[in-house]
Amino acid sequence: MAIFLTKESRVLVQGMTGGEGMKHTRRMLAAGTNVVGGVNPRKAGRAVDFDDRVVPVFGSVADGIRATGADVTVVFVPPAFAEAAVVEAADAGIGLVVVITEGIPVHDTVAFTSYAKKKGTRIIGPNCPGLITPGQSNAGIIPADITRSGRIGLVSKSGTLTYQLMYELRDIGFSTCVGIGGDPVVGTSHIDCLAAFQDDPDTELVVLIGEIGGDAEERAAAHIRDHVTKPVVGYIAGFTAPEGRTMGHAGAIVSGSAGTAQAKKAALEAVGVKVGATPSETARLVLSLLDTVRKAPQA
Amino acid sequence: MDLYEHEARALVEEHGIPVPRAEVTDSPEEARAIARRLGGSVVVKAQVKTGGRGKAGGVRLAADPAEAERTTRRILGTDIKGHRVRKVMLAQPADIESEFYVAYVLDRAAGRFLAIASAAGGMDIEEVAATRPEAVVRMPVDPAEGVTSAKAGAIAEAAGLPPRTVDVLVRLWEVLVREDAVLVEVNPLVRTRQGQLLALDGKVTLDDNARFRQARWGNDSIAYDDPLEAAAAAKGLNYVKLDGEVGIIGNGAGLVMSTLDVVAGCGARPANFLDIGGGASAQVMADGLSVVLSDPAVKSVFVNVFGGITACDAVADGIVKALDEVRPTKPLVVRLDGNNAARGRTVLDERAHPLVQQATTMDGAARRAAELANTG
Repeated sequence: MAIFLTKESRVLVQGMTGGEGMKHTRRMLAAGTNVVGGVNPRKAGRAVDFDDRVVPVFGSVADGIRATGADVTVVFVPPAFAEAAVVEAADAGIGLVVVITEGIPVHDTVAFTSYAKKKGTRIIGPNCPGLITPGQSNAGIIPADITRSGRIGLVSKSGTLTYQLMYELRDIGFSTCVGIGGDPVVGTSHIDCLAAFQDDPDTELVVLIGEIGGDAEERAAAHIRDHVTKPVVGYIAGFTAPEGRTMGHAGAIVSGSAGTAQAKKAALEAVGVKVGATPSETARLVLSLLDTVRKAPQA
Repeated sequence: MDLYEHEARALVEEHGIPVPRAEVTDSPEEARAIARRLGGSVVVKAQVKTGGRGKAGGVRLAADPAEAERTTRRILGTDIKGHRVRKVMLAQPADIESEFYVAYVLDRAAGRFLAIASAAGGMDIEEVAATRPEAVVRMPVDPAEGVTSAKAGAIAEAAGLPPRTVDVLVRLWEVLVREDAVLVEVNPLVRTRQGQLLALDGKVTLDDNARFRQARWGNDSIAYDDPLEAAAAAKGLNYVKLDGEVGIIGNGAGLVMSTLDVVAGCGARPANFLDIGGGASAQVMADGLSVVLSDPAVKSVFVNVFGGITACDAVADGIVKALDEVRPTKPLVVRLDGNNAARGRTVLDERAHPLVQQATTMDGAARRAAELANTG
């Protein structure tokens, strides 16, 4: 098993025929993803030849689902059209929408995440690298060849830090790695992923990567205290970021004492989460904890 | 993007919320003429993008045009919490009977907007919120419904605001939605002794992501205090000037923040934050490097790239391009991993520039860059 995405997942790509869509669909296919179709109302009925696989283009998400039984869609459409793309997917009844698009106005994100929730559709992102279940499926833009399948779950706001930790722990391997995105409003939270990893028998330990801004990590800490029995190792970026300055991500800004890396680290440590000072130390903490867990007598 | 008070005032007024008459200037002589036009007595308000202006002496009452000129002269050019005063707004004073607070803010945790309202507005609203939280009403707004008259009525009633504020609450929501704002705040919203409602001061933060459909914003409001930040912004780079000596370039906000932390952990201070973003081309990398190298405080540069969408060979090509164009005199430590890393490392090896060293780990590279900055 894994969370949210497995080799059975049947994936549509909204915006597949665009430049980014083509490039990453090719990569997803190479990673083993079962890409069953693209969506573009102006190119319905055509197909795209990706080396050894021909992928049909549908006029709508609903058509794609009818023809293929798709249950996941990955959105690569430009920011101005992202809200409509997500609403269309939710209306078609798809279970998971992965929104890669960066730079979506927050009013649009508020509207489509709220709408999707009412429809029972899970959104990952926006402005995220997507998620990968190594060896099974890759929905998004995470490089597939830096790690292998294993028993660590990973959830992160940052794309490149996701890659960094996947790489540091490549020999151990991952059940699923989820990049939830760095925007102030995202469809799936650290908590949603922690809950899913807790229920996933294939996940032994969870790595949680956070960064300055907001209080998502503090809320995750409270959730861990109350609901998570699996070991969790944390890493927080932004200790040296100055107050009041936006550091890249829309969400990465410190205001007052709220949202500091120190506050997030303290909140996680208070509930027993070990927090690394650097990505490499975080990886070492994971290794030593896995050792301890595996040596402990089975209950 | 935060707006100046006078810009926020103009937006709010455009949407039909009453504001006092006011004008903006950067000249004391003109301030005198404005005061005369506004009836003699005016409030002179420093235009800076920071709170706590009143307490820092940036808001003063002038009894007549001559005093308006003197006060303007005194306030212009001063520094309020690190923000230099370049303009003042002169506004008609209001005869205040009571002060209220109304705002819509993004509630990140809930993923929606929140109405915040209080019958105890004014300068000390933060203190009210801290000491008497029950005096501040917080009410989520359903994005599909927005703030209708009925919703506004419920907010006003819960906060103990007079019924006439309902219209202001509806219009303020319109400002938020139509202008793609992530924060709109009126504080104080006052009732004058003459029975008029007026938005005396306000704050608006626009969503930079909505720039594509809000063309009229232009770039007027973006006043970078640092010339390199302005130069970087012009090239579409995400650059923030910091106080240290190690220039830092990376791809992705999370990795760059992490790089700052790791360098600081090695006993050096980061000189800046520069994110070349995802899928950066050789040109973007070259631009980034030239911005960082032109900061005289920089003693060494650490380029930390984990290629995902970004290809490491493009990054290496950009470094080589910049070396030839900028002719740096400071050492560079480069760490490349991920997509096309091997090819990227080869490109740098072949160029064999005496100032460029490669490192195989993020920690090792940070240590080396810190050493070079501390001994350089």
